[in-house]
Amino acid sequence: MKYVTVDLLRNKVVLVYAVVLAALSFSVLSIDSNSSKGLLSLLNITLLFVPLISVLFSTIYFFNSIEFIELLLAQPVKRTKVLLAEYAGLSISLSLAYLLGIGVPVLIMAPNIAALTLLVSGLLLTMVFSAIALLIFVLFKDKTKGIGAAIVSALFFTLLFDGLLLMFIYSFGDYPIDKPILGMVALNPVDLARILMLLQLDVAVLMGYSGALFKKFLGTGFGSIYAIVCMLLWIVLPLLWSVRVFRRKDL
Amino acid sequence: MGSYTITMFKYFALISFLTISLNSIGRTIVVAPGKSSVLKNTILQAADGDTLLVQKGIYKEQDILVAKKLVIIGQGFPTIDGDHKGQLIVVTRDSVTISGLQLQNTGRSSMTDMAAIRLQNVQFARVVNNRLVNNTYGVYLQNSHYCLVYNNTISADAKDELNSGNGIHAWKSTHLLIQSNKIKGHRDGIYFEFVTDSRILYNTSDKNIRYGLHFMFSHQDVYTHNTFADNGSGVAVMYSKKVEMYNNTFRHNWGDASYAILLKEITDSKIEHNLFAKNTVGIYMEGTSRIDVRHNEFVENGWAMRVQASCDNNTFEKNNFLSNSFDVATNGTMMLNIFNNNYWDKYDGYDLDKNKIGDVPYYPVSMYSVVTERIPGAMILYRSFLTDVMDQVEKLMPSVVPDQLKDNNPMMKSWKLR
Repeated sequence: MKYVTVDLLRNKVVLVYAVVLAALSFSVLSIDSNSSKGLLSLLNITLLFVPLISVLFSTIYFFNSIEFIELLLAQPVKRTKVLLAEYAGLSISLSLAYLLGIGVPVLIMAPNIAALTLLVSGLLLTMVFSAIALLIFVLFKDKTKGIGAAIVSALFFTLLFDGLLLMFIYSFGDYPIDKPILGMVALNPVDLARILMLLQLDVAVLMGYSGALFKKFLGTGFGSIYAIVCMLLWIVLPLLWSVRVFRRKDL
Repeated sequence: MGSYTITMFKYFALISFLTISLNSIGRTIVVAPGKSSVLKNTILQAADGDTLLVQKGIYKEQDILVAKKLVIIGQGFPTIDGDHKGQLIVVTRDSVTISGLQLQNTGRSSMTDMAAIRLQNVQFARVVNNRLVNNTYGVYLQNSHYCLVYNNTISADAKDELNSGNGIHAWKSTHLLIQSNKIKGHRDGIYFEFVTDSRILYNTSDKNIRYGLHFMFSHQDVYTHNTFADNGSGVAVMYSKKVEMYNNTFRHNWGDASYAILLKEITDSKIEHNLFAKNTVGIYMEGTSRIDVRHNEFVENGWAMRVQASCDNNTFEKNNFLSNSFDVATNGTMMLNIFNNNYWDKYDGYDLDKNKIGDVPYYPVSMYSVVTERIPGAMILYRSFLTDVMDQVEKLMPSVVPDQLKDNNPMMKSWKLR
């Protein structure tokens, strides 16, 4: 794990990622005196780029380090341990990049609870999507196919899912769909991250809706806890699944 | 308005001068606690123009009738405790002053409105520097005129609307001055019904379970420099004419039926230099006409304004709209109001001629606010990439938002209002 982290930190892509994020957040935050507007732009960047870059980069990295993994497995080390060490090293380095890129500027220029929430959701997203990348890596043998799957999954979660959900809400708008919506939202980590942020920035408007469930969900800390728990599940479940597959996999 | 306040002050100065000069004629009676009904008995023996100095202590008495021109002054906040039975002080004579008392625990009844101090058909009464704790109604003005309610602290612990009363309740009165009171935890903080030509200044009304201020059929009233915060439904102003609201602060009124100000059937009024912060809805308007909304600041509200299509000839000028989730929402496509020279932080137009006014109009109703108006559940997708794209597309090709609702001269920089 240590080696993976160090190797990744030396990797230029991670460095560039951090620098680009930092440049973006400094510029966005300094353009406007209104810090919540800047945070919103950063939220959009986080929601769009963090999943895409995390999943793509992780997939490519896993496939590229396949020889290293094979070498490690030749040693008397458990497969699970190797795989999880790979994942941990990767998600730690990407998280560090995110923290440096977004966290430092945000905490310098707009330190408040909303900013912290943004950081938490960004970090969780990074971990979720590296876990998904790991799953893709163990499921696909072919590198090209794996990268394709990574791109598709990133696009699905950032764009397609919301479109489908909106269609669902539109067509069943006349029915009491509060509960199904909340359930369906849990199926998309990007939405969960967004809702975490929404609960900080727009509670006032969310409180304007009279649905009792929404009110309970959004008005109390329950909403945030729900979102965080679901995101943690989104990390743990893909990891468990990939460990299961990897144990039996013929390398 | 300013000159009016000054004349009012002169008026009250005159009254106080008169009462003081009356005092010099009347006697001063010291009342000490101990005997039962000592207050009632003392008042029975007193004559017009006497001053009662009430010593510190606890007086367990109810329904103290003041039918003489008395000045009642508490020293060290003597407590009159109603033991949850009846009312405390009922004033039925003009020019009575009540000050420095702590009045607590009125009864609760569905037949009469139990009040700590009830002013009944009187003029020139003054209720000053009292502490009112845990009463159903605090100060109750009934068909009273030229009265002063000043610097009282009024608090209660109301649980539901049915079993509670209002902090300051005025009915069918004129020329009242309600100033510098702190009201907390009642049903309505201040309640006005059929009250005209009155002033509500520098009060703080918060954590009331219904409205901070509730205003019905009350014309030509002015309220300035008040703070209304954390009330169940904010402030409601209904069926009134010529109401003026200046320099008030409306903060943190949250809930599904919560508005910083609810305006219903209001005409010819002015709303200026107010601050609306963190409310679910800043201003909600229904059936209003000829209202000027100028120089207000709307910050971090859910909706800064909801202007229903039934409103006409209202003017919204030179306001700041900052960090609101939605700037304006409406329920129709018709718009007979004027938006001009406001600063909208969401405006992304340009200013080529450098006159500090944007060259393209701003449409304050965002597409997604129209969508969520129709389908509230869609709110869960707010601020997602998809909805941002939809908003941008709508900006290029408007088809959903009401195109008459626009600010033709949006400002490039925010107004300096505070």
